[in-house]
Amino acid sequence: MEKGKGVMGMGRRWAVDFSDNSTTARDLPDPPGFTRASLDQDDSAVSRQKKDAEANWKAQKAWEMAQAPFKNLMMMGFMMWMAGSTVHLFSIGITFSALWQPISALQGVGKVFEPYKDSKVDLLGPKLVFIALNLGGLALGVWKLNTLGLLPTHASDWVSSLPPAQEVEYSGGGIPFH
Amino acid sequence: MAERSFFLFLLLLFLSSAVEFSASIFEDQVGLMDWHQKYIGKVNHAVFHTQKTGRKRVVVSTEENVLASLDLRHGDIFWRHVLGPSDAIEAFDIALGKYVITLSSGGSILRAWNLPDGQMIWESFLKGSRSSKSMLLVQPSVGAEKETVLLAFYGGFLHAVSSIDGEILWRKDLGSESLEIQQIVQPVGIEVVYALGFDGSSQFAAYEINARNGELMKHESVHFSGSFSRENLVVSDGVFVALDASGSILVTVHFQNGEYSLQEMRISSLLGGNFGKAKLLGAKLPHMFALRNDKLTGFLKVTDEGKLETLERINNEVSISDSLSFAEKQRAFALVQHNDNKVEFRVKLGHEWNKDLLQETVNIDPNRGHVENVFINNYIRTDRSYGFRALIVLEDHSLLLVQQGEVVWKREDGLASILDVTTAELPVEKVGVSVSKVEENLHEWLKGHILKLKGTLMLATPEDVATIQGMRLKNSEKSKITRDHNGFRKLLIVLTRSGKVFALHTGDGRIVWSLLLRSLRKSEACTSPTGIRIYPWQIPHHHALDENPSVLVVGRCLPTDSGPGVLSFIDAYAGKEFDSVAPTHSVVQIIPLPFTDALEQRLHLLIDANQRAHLYPRSPEALTIFNREMSNVYWYTVVAENGIIRGYAPKSTSVNEGSDEYCFDPTDLWSIVFPMESEKIVAWVTRKLSEVVHTQAKVIADQDVMYKYISKNLLFVATTSPKGTGEIGSATPDESSLIVYLIDTVTGRILHRMIHKGCQAPVHAVLSENWVVYHYFNLRSHRFEMSVIEIYDQSRADNKDVWKLVIGKHNLTSPVSSYSRPEVKAESQSYFFTHSAKAIAVTSTAKGITSRQLLIGTVGDQVLALDKRYLDPRRKTDPTQAEKEEGLIPLTDSLPIIPQSYVTHALKVEGLRDIITVPAKLESTTLVFSYGVDLFLTRLAPSRTYDSLTEDFSYALLLLTIVVLVGAIFATWILSEKKELREKWR
Repeated sequence: MEKGKGVMGMGRRWAVDFSDNSTTARDLPDPPGFTRASLDQDDSAVSRQKKDAEANWKAQKAWEMAQAPFKNLMMMGFMMWMAGSTVHLFSIGITFSALWQPISALQGVGKVFEPYKDSKVDLLGPKLVFIALNLGGLALGVWKLNTLGLLPTHASDWVSSLPPAQEVEYSGGGIPFH
Repeated sequence: MAERSFFLFLLLLFLSSAVEFSASIFEDQVGLMDWHQKYIGKVNHAVFHTQKTGRKRVVVSTEENVLASLDLRHGDIFWRHVLGPSDAIEAFDIALGKYVITLSSGGSILRAWNLPDGQMIWESFLKGSRSSKSMLLVQPSVGAEKETVLLAFYGGFLHAVSSIDGEILWRKDLGSESLEIQQIVQPVGIEVVYALGFDGSSQFAAYEINARNGELMKHESVHFSGSFSRENLVVSDGVFVALDASGSILVTVHFQNGEYSLQEMRISSLLGGNFGKAKLLGAKLPHMFALRNDKLTGFLKVTDEGKLETLERINNEVSISDSLSFAEKQRAFALVQHNDNKVEFRVKLGHEWNKDLLQETVNIDPNRGHVENVFINNYIRTDRSYGFRALIVLEDHSLLLVQQGEVVWKREDGLASILDVTTAELPVEKVGVSVSKVEENLHEWLKGHILKLKGTLMLATPEDVATIQGMRLKNSEKSKITRDHNGFRKLLIVLTRSGKVFALHTGDGRIVWSLLLRSLRKSEACTSPTGIRIYPWQIPHHHALDENPSVLVVGRCLPTDSGPGVLSFIDAYAGKEFDSVAPTHSVVQIIPLPFTDALEQRLHLLIDANQRAHLYPRSPEALTIFNREMSNVYWYTVVAENGIIRGYAPKSTSVNEGSDEYCFDPTDLWSIVFPMESEKIVAWVTRKLSEVVHTQAKVIADQDVMYKYISKNLLFVATTSPKGTGEIGSATPDESSLIVYLIDTVTGRILHRMIHKGCQAPVHAVLSENWVVYHYFNLRSHRFEMSVIEIYDQSRADNKDVWKLVIGKHNLTSPVSSYSRPEVKAESQSYFFTHSAKAIAVTSTAKGITSRQLLIGTVGDQVLALDKRYLDPRRKTDPTQAEKEEGLIPLTDSLPIIPQSYVTHALKVEGLRDIITVPAKLESTTLVFSYGVDLFLTRLAPSRTYDSLTEDFSYALLLLTIVVLVGAIFATWILSEKKELREKWR
């Protein structure tokens, strides 16, 4: 994950751009038979094309990213089904990871879609789908928590530690000593 | 909230992993948490082994019906038999130097025990028709004969019993309705048995019987002008001495050679003018006897001519031993006199009064009271002269062996007759423990743990294992006299029948202090004082920490209801009586109230025979507190003889001249009268005042809630038909039924009533939280049964709306009154139980969270722990999955007895009378103290020690693991750094 991000996000540490047409390059006369104007025109068309392709690619990736939790959701559901409804270490672990993953994903919504940020790409749709799917995952986790009986939804959860009520009267006694 | 319930569930997880838990311990853990002490009780009679047998032992019988053989060197018990409470030893003696013959159970059972090992050889049942004195006569062995004839008198019959197999050789009916045989005598070497007694009040009767075949040879009676008292004595084979009813005339009857001559003598003419009403002392002395009145003791000698001579008058209290024959026809006896702190011990020869064979002074702790009984024995010193040793029984029931002016050993046998028990906390540890000690301790600590580590890693040599075991047993931690973090170390303060109070350390059972209560000793104002109960009086915490805790001992002067009461206040740390209330109003009941004053003294109501309530402490502050709370204080009396339970409330005193403002008259509130012809109260039980309940809700399967009916004012009463109170099997199933009641003692309302048809007493019960468990006999199935009743509050049952509970809109914590008559629901279930029970108790913990265990004192004098979950009325044969998860055990018809759950493991608490549980500070743990003739204390954790590590947890192993882990982390970190660097250079 770390390595992949590094390649994708920051790129290489140093680079030489051969297509750079800065002033120092322009001081030199163009070689004979080379017309700069046609090249410039040509070049801009190619870059526009390229940019469009990148935007498309980004949008596509963003949608893919938005749908990724769905797979997760399915897997989680399968694992929950496997874990059963009794409280033990395995089921508790799964339930808590099922709760934790959507929450951490929701916290990092911005970061997840950072690489696809583009003025031409509308990220709102993917983001909403992503959030909705994660909320679904969260709901699944809560539902699992409830089936395990770990949610205070019953009267017993609220009264189980209530101390006995005080008594107004006090009475003592017994059999007389003999 | 979710998190909390999560942790609760984790806790439950651990608990449920201990489902099939029993209180068992490993063999090498015996003695780590428990201690056991053996006692015998107050010695009545002692017989030393004769020189011939060559063993230095003494056989004793005691008031606790114990027959024991003690080692004369150390006082240890060689063997011991505890006979049942109805099997009191009337008389015993050693026959032929190898059998101990006992006459017990009112004289009807004669048994022979093997002297060296205490095994019973034979048992013989004597039959009699009348009530009479029972006597045993064993002829002293002369030569090496193999058989002797034992004479036992019981029920108007004289029995001759063979010493070999207990066969009755002959029996002779002696007498009629009015005849009372008082003495059986067989002079040495003569085959005639004399049976002497009274016929009517003024006739002396004598029977001469042939010792071979039981034929009556002669019957003689002599008339006396006065009337006899029942005190009499036979002096040296030929003289019968008795007193008249007024205690002022001495009657002697000479009966040697078939002649009977009666002489009367005024005691005043023998012992001086105003001797007053005299008593005969029972000591058997050669040719002499002793008389005593309130002030002095007189010794009289019977001369060969039949005259009486006064030998000496002694002013001090004196104890006399029976005479002992030693050497050739020499007889000696001992006199023990108490002078201040010293005890004067004199041995006199039978025929020479003026010469003391031996005179010694022994220092005896004044805290032991005066001498009650003496038994002497002789031994041959290295220079072939005769030496004497004496076994002394003191007022506090302790037993001392005195030899050569020194106390050789002592036994605290007063502890065999405990009346009541309470506990006190130990003082808090003081700061400023010296450094050297700490260092030494640290060193020891480390050494110990390294040894334990070796043990855990199985590296220990056998010697190491022995050292570890020794260390665990001698653990000095457990016997410190300071408070510990877990609350395992406490003082058990016990009141014994002798009026002595002992403080025992719970760690090792040693006596921290003991005190013979001055106010419970015989005095002119108080003629036969007895202790009744002991209560914690002051338990300082919070704002009265400087005060020492104290206990209240309540006694009474006479053993009747109207006998004046005695109160004594004892400092629990110093062991000193700091205050006492001299004979005052009578005490028939004591009610500790749930209020304390500024000094943390608990308020007590003492009810006298007229049902008036007296408030203690007698201070204005206590009175103010009581007057404020008086309208809510009630009391009740269970009068078992009349089958009545009465409820009272105190009436405010009218302030007039001379009236006691601390005394309150009763107002009759209610009474429950059981029909005498069909119901008789056999058992009653209430909740312990100190019991703590954690919660009022019981969560059952499917997250449902039941609200327990928890009230301190609940009384359980069991009645049976009058026929059902007798012995088991004395009634037919149709004749007896058991009826149980749950009664609210404020209003007298019967909350629940249930009938068990065909069941009978004895009933043992215990009431705790909202349940009662009782044990009885079922005549129909001819087995013991245990039943449980759980009682639930229906008036709260509709508190089930979660939102109302979340925002706190419920009435579950508001105070309740018994007058609101809450509707209750009771559930019940019965099970067979194999054992009969002597006592039932329940474990109690500091906060009441830990699940409870029932402690059942079995007929074998052991304590059995039984999980309360086995006694759950919701048990059914096929519980659902949810109910199984809840921990419900499938229903079986009988309760399981798991051999490992005997709390007393291999030991027996002989003569078990009661079981006391004391909560430790650690929630999981409770201290269990059971007492009878023996004492036994152990620690129990009904749900295991879930809140602490076990004592033999290897901290060294933990430490080692942590060190190794940290080392491994560092090593791998360095390695990974290096590897990364290498990667980067590549």
